[in-house]
Amino acid sequence: MNPVAANLLAAGGEAPEGSAILFPASYDLIWGGLSFLIVLTLFWKFVLPRMKQVMDERSELIEGGIARAEEMQEQARADLEAYRKALAEAREEAAEIRTQAQGDRRAIVDEARAEAAAAAAAVTQASEAAIERDRAQVVSQLTAQVGAMSIELASKIVGQSLAGDSAVRKTVEDFVSDLEQMANAQGSR
Amino acid sequence: MLTALVPMASSPDGGFKAPTVGEFFPGELIFIGTPFAMTRINLMGLLMAGVLSLFFVVAFAKPKLVPSGVQNLGEMAIDLVQKNVIDEALGDKGKKYAPYLISMFWLLFAFNITGILPTMHLAISSVIAIPLMFAVIAWLVFNIQGVRALGFFHYLKANLFPPGIPWPIYILVTPIEFVSTFLLRPLTLTIRLLANMMAGHLLLVLFFSATSSLLLADGFVKIFAIPSFLMGFAFTLFEILIAVLQAYIFTLLTAVYIDSATSEEH
Repeated sequence: MNPVAANLLAAGGEAPEGSAILFPASYDLIWGGLSFLIVLTLFWKFVLPRMKQVMDERSELIEGGIARAEEMQEQARADLEAYRKALAEAREEAAEIRTQAQGDRRAIVDEARAEAAAAAAAVTQASEAAIERDRAQVVSQLTAQVGAMSIELASKIVGQSLAGDSAVRKTVEDFVSDLEQMANAQGSR
Repeated sequence: MLTALVPMASSPDGGFKAPTVGEFFPGELIFIGTPFAMTRINLMGLLMAGVLSLFFVVAFAKPKLVPSGVQNLGEMAIDLVQKNVIDEALGDKGKKYAPYLISMFWLLFAFNITGILPTMHLAISSVIAIPLMFAVIAWLVFNIQGVRALGFFHYLKANLFPPGIPWPIYILVTPIEFVSTFLLRPLTLTIRLLANMMAGHLLLVLFFSATSSLLLADGFVKIFAIPSFLMGFAFTLFEILIAVLQAYIFTLLTAVYIDSATSEEH
């Protein structure tokens, strides 16, 4: 077998003498050290800074989210407070308006009632006056007519028996004077 | 049982050959004879480092706020170390060690997992240079950071003269503390990882080469290839766990050492 190929295989080399197993070979140290240097530098300069960057961004995202949520909650709380306040104010205002309206209503009713009473009184007065006027007119007309008719009737009766009986004559005269008194009394009212 | 069967198991290429530590000393392929020669393990190491880098470059090429696909995996890979190792052991102090600890964890994992990857089948961290290198780096980091945090003498005093003990005890405690903190820590880090990876590899080689030998053997012993293969398969799964676990232990201990070195009390 080719010696290089043999050395590439897992099969063992020559057994060392004595305690050689505890003494490092220079090339093992060199290549092992180089390997470690490569990996260490990679982690130091590349992998861990990037990892840190990603972690920072991630935690910032999470913390930012939490902060935003808190802010929104605060806002919601303030909004609720404002809403409650506005509601209470509106209720108060409504109560006030209701009280005011009740007062207004009473005033309006009272006013209307007074107006109506006044109008009724005026109407009553006017009617009474008209009635009184009509009555006076009727009475005066009736008096005039009755007087005229009486005089006519009386003159007829008188004309027939005036000469004969002085007592009748006196009665007629009294009646006529009574009528005149009545007419005078009516006229003076 | 296996040892009893092995002499009977004869195969065309000379029968069962038990694995040796020679497994961990592959021949040089390129730049042969120079200090920076490359063996198969070094090629695998560079390949794995490249694959790992490529994965993370792709994952974070265009990072999005809402991750998807590879980026998800990449973020999970980083979070895994960040949460289970760095936050756990270092807390707030861990930020500046993140590139070091995360890259070390994933490179260690990549170097461990090759132990079960077909065609590679050898953990890159099963040669002593790799665990030793990481252990020395860890040792340097925690000592330097400790001295920077507390000052040189204060750092030595905090580590070698733990407070709250009557002074004669220091004669006993101080040498123990010195050995355990400054010598044994890097040594145990190295050997724990190395031994785990070597043992895992040897176990797999043992079971699979036994399976192969038993299968090629004559007669009824062929049947023992089945348990041998099943054991090899079970240990392959186990090695995945070990690959993750050893990378985790190594990284966690490093983080704990850094934490205790930079703390006033411990």
